[in-house]
Amino acid sequence: MYKLTLSNVTKTFSDLTALDAVDLTVEPGQRVALLGHNGAGKSTLMKIILGLISADSGMVDVLGFEPGSGSARARVAYLPENAAFHPALTGLEQLRLFLRLRGEPVDQAGPLLERVGLGDAAGRRIGTYSKGMRQRVGLAQALIGHPKLLVLDEPTSGLDPVSRRDFYATLDRLAGEGAGILLSSHALTEVEARTDKIVILSKGKVVADDTLSGLRRASALPTHIQIAARPGAADEVAQRLKAGRHNGVMVDLVCTPETKLSRLGEVAALGALIDDFDVIPPSLDDIYNYFSRRDGQ
Amino acid sequence: MTGILGLASSEFRIALRNRWVAIIIATMVLFSLVLSAVGSAPTGALGSDRLSVTVASLTGLAVYLVPLVTLLMSFDAVAGEVERGTLPLLLTYPVSRAGVLLGKFLAHLSILTLAIVTGYGVAAVGAFAVDDGAMTGLPAFVRLCWSSVLLGAAFLGIGYAVSAYARRPGAAAGLAIGVWLVLIVLFDLGLLVAVVADDGGDFTTSVFPWLLVVNPADAFRLFNLAASDATSAASGIAGAANTIPSGRALVSIALWPVAGFALALAAFRKVTP
Repeated sequence: MYKLTLSNVTKTFSDLTALDAVDLTVEPGQRVALLGHNGAGKSTLMKIILGLISADSGMVDVLGFEPGSGSARARVAYLPENAAFHPALTGLEQLRLFLRLRGEPVDQAGPLLERVGLGDAAGRRIGTYSKGMRQRVGLAQALIGHPKLLVLDEPTSGLDPVSRRDFYATLDRLAGEGAGILLSSHALTEVEARTDKIVILSKGKVVADDTLSGLRRASALPTHIQIAARPGAADEVAQRLKAGRHNGVMVDLVCTPETKLSRLGEVAALGALIDDFDVIPPSLDDIYNYFSRRDGQ
Repeated sequence: MTGILGLASSEFRIALRNRWVAIIIATMVLFSLVLSAVGSAPTGALGSDRLSVTVASLTGLAVYLVPLVTLLMSFDAVAGEVERGTLPLLLTYPVSRAGVLLGKFLAHLSILTLAIVTGYGVAAVGAFAVDDGAMTGLPAFVRLCWSSVLLGAAFLGIGYAVSAYARRPGAAAGLAIGVWLVLIVLFDLGLLVAVVADDGGDFTTSVFPWLLVVNPADAFRLFNLAASDATSAASGIAGAANTIPSGRALVSIALWPVAGFALALAAFRKVTP
């Protein structure tokens, strides 16, 4: 019932196809990361879910309601990219307004601001806030009431590492209460272990929709083995392992997931020629690049 | 409704912080004082009470000033939200676009009402102070007050429509000034030229009276002067007040706020956040 479903959603702006037959679901309690470059269609997708713009074709079902309808709006919270507010209002006044718009008691404004670490700045005008502070006002308003679905456009941009960790802890709690969460980001490293599912958009198409480990498997990207040779032995190590690259001390071996073990055996067999070695699995950025560049580039 | 009142009180607070409330009240008071001082000279010759003369002077003032201050308050309403990037988030809240406009409208209209009551009030107090018979002019004064609020309401709607149509505050400001010039200054001049050129023909007798009540500012002036003893103090287009039934003008100034709001809503609905 409380599910977000998009099927075959297409949106074009004059000659640009912003979204091309996009399918997406967010289950209750599921945390879904939406990744993509600038212009991949993330914000367009979110605006369609929110009913701010309409899709050209396809079906959008927001928790059983039309996107942008009163019932959908009452259940969906949104955090825009670069959250902006009127500079003449204080954080407290702005939150009180948002609470009244949602029909919630205004005395929650203080506690909400406390929760995002803005308790001390609550009485100051938003015009004096830093970008990170405005982002937190945005986050505070997204927590009003009990949203069944949160749509967060690059929520962690402008947040320091500590606030980012607090932010994800808040999301975990909301997801635990059954809210579906769709958040967008530029980088896989930002969302890593904190989401249940990763959807990658590239030029308006969904190019991946899986868990992180599923993506890792599907990409089948090579693992690197970096070998530190004994002084003067680098050339011989490179030659005996048939490795392509070395810089005089380090030798870099590239292997597929299947050949990794046998290559490690060869490395171990070199014995005294070797000082140390590291096995480096494909990084999150590598996986993301693999999917987001597979098409068209 | 709580949401709309919340929007209205926020908007009022913003206007208070940006000194708009103070500026508009001060402007109205200042102009009312100057006008009632200037308008006090011909009282004896006309034989009218002092308040009626003040009403005639204030009517001339309101026709220019009320549309101007309301356009100044309203031109930023939608364009400013677009420029600041605050509109998308606002529109994801459970409040309709009509509700958003209504919230702003309530705030701006109460600021205007405050300014009108204060400004005119100061002038009325002046009239009562020097003329014991000023009570005679009280009905005209009350009528001037509420019809000024209606005139302001009409131009608030027009201002929101301009704001939504222009989408950028700079363009909206320019357009608002243009609208003011056309409706308040050029419209009358154009009519005068047409009447002179027509030389008592069909245009003057059948089209002209209608054109005069179509414009909310002209309708406002006709309504107040036709009903006032001080019509003879009026000149120019306002001199036509005697020939046009004031009921027709009243319908125009009562309908314009609704029409202006509808115009604003139609323009606002076309804005993609």
